[in-house]
Amino acid sequence: MTDSTTKKPASESPLKRSRLTTGVAVDLIDMNKWYGDFHVLRDINLQVPGGERIVICGPSGSGKSTMIRCINRLEEHQSGRIIVDGVELTNDLKKIDEVRREVGMVFQHFNLFPHLTVLENCTLAPIWVRKMPKREADDVAMHYLTRVKIPEQAGKFPGQLSGGQQQRVAIARALCMNPKIMLFDEPTSALDPEMVKEVLDTMVGLAEDGMTMLVVTHEMGFARQVANRVVFMDQGQIIEANAPEEFFSNPRHERTKLFLSQILH
Amino acid sequence: MTMSEGELAVAKIAFVRDTVIDPRKPPIAMTGPWAWLRERLLSTPFNVVMTILVGSLLAWVGYELARFLLIDAVWTGVDRDACREEVQKRAIGACWPFVWERLNYFTYGSYPIPQRWRVDIFFAMLAIGVVWLLSLNAPRRDLGAIYFFVILPVTSFILLSGWEAIGLSTVDTSLWGGVLVTIVVASVGIVVSLPLGILLALGRRSDMPAVRMASIVFIEFVRGVPLVTVLFMASVMLPLFVPEHLSPDKLVRALVGIALFASAYMAEVVRAGLQSMPKGQYEGAMAVGLGYWQMMRLIVLPQALKVTIPNIVNTYIGLFKDTTLVFIVGIFDLLRTIEVSRIDPKWAAPVTSTTGYAVAAIFYLVFCYAMSRYARVTEERLAKSDKR
Repeated sequence: MTDSTTKKPASESPLKRSRLTTGVAVDLIDMNKWYGDFHVLRDINLQVPGGERIVICGPSGSGKSTMIRCINRLEEHQSGRIIVDGVELTNDLKKIDEVRREVGMVFQHFNLFPHLTVLENCTLAPIWVRKMPKREADDVAMHYLTRVKIPEQAGKFPGQLSGGQQQRVAIARALCMNPKIMLFDEPTSALDPEMVKEVLDTMVGLAEDGMTMLVVTHEMGFARQVANRVVFMDQGQIIEANAPEEFFSNPRHERTKLFLSQILH
Repeated sequence: MTMSEGELAVAKIAFVRDTVIDPRKPPIAMTGPWAWLRERLLSTPFNVVMTILVGSLLAWVGYELARFLLIDAVWTGVDRDACREEVQKRAIGACWPFVWERLNYFTYGSYPIPQRWRVDIFFAMLAIGVVWLLSLNAPRRDLGAIYFFVILPVTSFILLSGWEAIGLSTVDTSLWGGVLVTIVVASVGIVVSLPLGILLALGRRSDMPAVRMASIVFIEFVRGVPLVTVLFMASVMLPLFVPEHLSPDKLVRALVGIALFASAYMAEVVRAGLQSMPKGQYEGAMAVGLGYWQMMRLIVLPQALKVTIPNIVNTYIGLFKDTTLVFIVGIFDLLRTIEVSRIDPKWAAPVTSTTGYAVAAIFYLVFCYAMSRYARVTEERLAKSDKR
């Protein structure tokens, strides 16, 4: 039974990058969100074409994490529209599942499943959500674990790995679902300084492959290197969005200038 | 100590170690029995006193138990005279011949003697099921689960209550008794309460108001009344509302009562486990596309149940002992058969009651301790993934 899956021709390989069905990966239109009375996201308009890498930065509490968490409906928005690769997010659970299948997410605190091995963390969703045979899921997982350079840790539990290794597993776990879009929510903020680079290198590799990425981060070096656009947020609003060269050398808004002066030294 | 000028100059620069310090023995013994004694039992004068006090207490209790159960015990005899001090002219401990004679009654209750092989087969099947399901290296544990949760209940039911069509005479549940009833009630309670408790706990944390309200009302209502009341309601109130011929069997009613009661407690135990789970686990599961039931089954419950194992087993042990309360509605569980036997005039002696209760104590202790040990082993096994 498994023979047919392992002898598939390369063109049908599960490792092939799935293509966006529309040109626009993410479209946020007049989106608003409140926590109780607190207006946390205000009239957000952001269109991300397929293949674009967006870096979102801003002071803490500016709503940047909340914004990307709305894209896979970990947070609910109250008004406006969110369209992810042609699928609009509403209360329809089917649509939400559809979007989550195609959008990978990497969290600040990794959120690996501690009771499962690294390999099982990676194969869980392909097996249960994509209904992939276990053998094939193992192959896919090992491919991505090799890609993030930790295939030898496949049999260990997440708690036995360093922070940087855990975050790379989390990236591999998301990639195993063959997502069209990747969201990164401060992926290096919880890491010891000497581990930041290994995670950033992995993300740079991903960007070079043409993955559509939305990255919330304070790593301005990463933004300069891979971003097509840098989005600056403050108080729940998008203040400025620009190509990185322009953004860093010639910030327009006062708030942006202040922020950059504080984080670039 | 004096330093030459060269050495002083070196001391001003950064420190660099030029020799390796070899490991040395600790000044006092840190391992071995003596160290253990000193650390655990004799660390302070207060602890020395406590050690002596507790040690003497344990020795006294141990000696008294051994004296009653073994040293002074009566091992053979045909009636009460064997166990009476004034007849035997010696100190008398446990009256074991009374237990030997009544052992069958303790085990089967009034189950008809020619049919007791059916109970033996039930015990054997249950033992096989428990070992199959609980031993980790047993083969085909998936089949074991089907056997335990599907085949065993059905065949046990047919075997114990009878099915005339295949030649097994019907045995009314009012004749069941002793260990048989205790085991049946406890296993049904244990097997039903966990899944039901999990569903109630999930219901209580559900986003759907109707489901949440129903779960809360059930849990709070059942927890808010004593088990004795639940049993009374099941056996006295139910017949008032349901016509006689529709009213379920007395034992079934008690079973349902106990199972529901245990489920309500289990629900709160499981809920505590669910609440101990970090939000990130839910988010991680949702972000990879798992649905609600997949997330619960694959990610949340395995971890939540792991942290609640001590509490789950605590509830199980409580449930196992609570089964004795079914005597209130006239069901003869083990304790009740002992109660009935100890007032038998044939064995009337001062030590008869104590002996009977000792049997009950040993029986419950063995089962509860076994549960406790198994839980401990499971915890240790599951804790492996937590180790760094």
